[in-house]
Amino acid sequence: MILKVNNLKKHYGDVKAVDGISFSVKKGEIFGILGPNGAGKTTTLECIEGLQHHDEGDIEIFEKKMTVNDDFFKERMGIQLQESSLPPRMKVWEALDLFSSFYNKNVDWRELLVKLQLEDKKNNYFSSLSGGQKQRVFVALAMVNDPEVLFLDEITTGLDPMARRQMWNVMKTIKYAGKTVVMSTHYMEEAEYLCDRVMIIDKGKVIADGTPGELIDRMGMKNRVIIESEEKIDVEIFKTIKSVLDISVEKGKIEIEGKDTSVLADIARIINDRKIKANIQYKTANLEDVYLHLTDHFNEEVI
Amino acid sequence: MKTVSKMVVINTKLFVREFEGFFFTMIFPIIMLLIFGSIYGNKASDYFGGFGFVDVSVPAYIGIIIAITGLMSIPISIASDRERGILRRYRTLPGGATKVMISWVLFYYLVTTVGTAGLIVTGKLLYGLRFTGNALLVFFLYSLSTIAFLSIGFLLASFMRSARSANAIGMSLLFPMMFFSGAIIPMQNLPLSIKQISVYLPLTYVVDIMQKGWFGGSMSQYGTDLLVLSGIIVVSFLIVRFKFRW
Repeated sequence: MILKVNNLKKHYGDVKAVDGISFSVKKGEIFGILGPNGAGKTTTLECIEGLQHHDEGDIEIFEKKMTVNDDFFKERMGIQLQESSLPPRMKVWEALDLFSSFYNKNVDWRELLVKLQLEDKKNNYFSSLSGGQKQRVFVALAMVNDPEVLFLDEITTGLDPMARRQMWNVMKTIKYAGKTVVMSTHYMEEAEYLCDRVMIIDKGKVIADGTPGELIDRMGMKNRVIIESEEKIDVEIFKTIKSVLDISVEKGKIEIEGKDTSVLADIARIINDRKIKANIQYKTANLEDVYLHLTDHFNEEVI
Repeated sequence: MKTVSKMVVINTKLFVREFEGFFFTMIFPIIMLLIFGSIYGNKASDYFGGFGFVDVSVPAYIGIIIAITGLMSIPISIASDRERGILRRYRTLPGGATKVMISWVLFYYLVTTVGTAGLIVTGKLLYGLRFTGNALLVFFLYSLSTIAFLSIGFLLASFMRSARSANAIGMSLLFPMMFFSGAIIPMQNLPLSIKQISVYLPLTYVVDIMQKGWFGGSMSQYGTDLLVLSGIIVVSFLIVRFKFRW
């Protein structure tokens, strides 16, 4: 384990931003922290990065107890902050050159620029870059010291779909290079695509953790068939199918949950036999379903 | 050291690229000298104790350059970096806070000194500026004054929430100081009521010490000035040490 967090707590006045979070991250994995705005993602990250003092709990990183503002940890971490920037008139190469000079250990930042497809932006002012390019500069800056762990806080928030895909590729490359990444995001497809393991937090508490696959399995909402039709369909006809778990009707849409994929074939056969004109959609659950289900559920409980 | 020198170089580039700071430190004092110099010239007169208008004004304007750096350039630039989250990012770097702070001090000292040099050269070339003091002593007095105002700059920067408020507060400190410290209007021309305010303006002591030094005043004349400026440095340092937010 390269990072172990145990019972982390941080409050601002009466607000418990982080309320007893525990998790650990293995070397070489991409670990995702998911949760709605204000869930405590950034506070958790900033406590680990040593930017904020935490009130309770232990943080162990690189097999050492973390202490705030300690160069031992700074030398080994790569940090990108959610709300940060560079002076507008600083050129890309100047920022990389400057940031590199702070560290004992360096990689050649020119190579980083090539890897992050920023080579032709080397002499551009920071302010002239697009959102995606700026974020890639931040990733480059976080990597000038060849860090063992990289912390990325909502690195793709606000990017257009293309720029986001590009960032995903960057992160895959980082993973293949053997780096450990701890990232926060509220894009579930991103977490599903990139993360080896995720932790969903809400109101400062962990509400689920595991691999994206495990979380989806645990939900048991893997196979759903949605039937839309202008004709009136009696839902009783589907109850003969063995693998059906649940049937619900909402706004003329019939939603059937099945144990496995065979449910789709059975439904299609019945609809075909009765010559019903209908539009059939098959959906497997994804992380987004898990997330929405959990965060909703959690909110209800609190209220 | 490597970082500090790179940071000073980058700060210099940003200073020139962003221009406003560059204008007020480097060009504005020279324009002031040209305007008033062309009106009053630099003829020696009894009114100025045998010196000319420019001779008396250059050491005072040096005080204005120092004040602009401390009251405007430093707080605005740091507040704007803080607003953008740049300071927090610097703090995540190894030795970040110390290295960045040292670079700032060196950079702003350098900027003020270049501005001062420009003013002196202009005075010399255009108006035959006279100097009867001890250059080394004047350099020391200048450095002390500059460090005092750099301290005030970091003190203000510790409390400014945004570049806009830094700008507003900087202006409202700079202008009364420029007019009531003897920098633009000679102290003996100010009414008594204003002189009572002058006592509380740090720039008053800078202008006084620079003018006395410029014309070779003896060390015993600087007592109060030295004490006030050193006091400013010590008090500001202590506050900045504990209150500066990144």
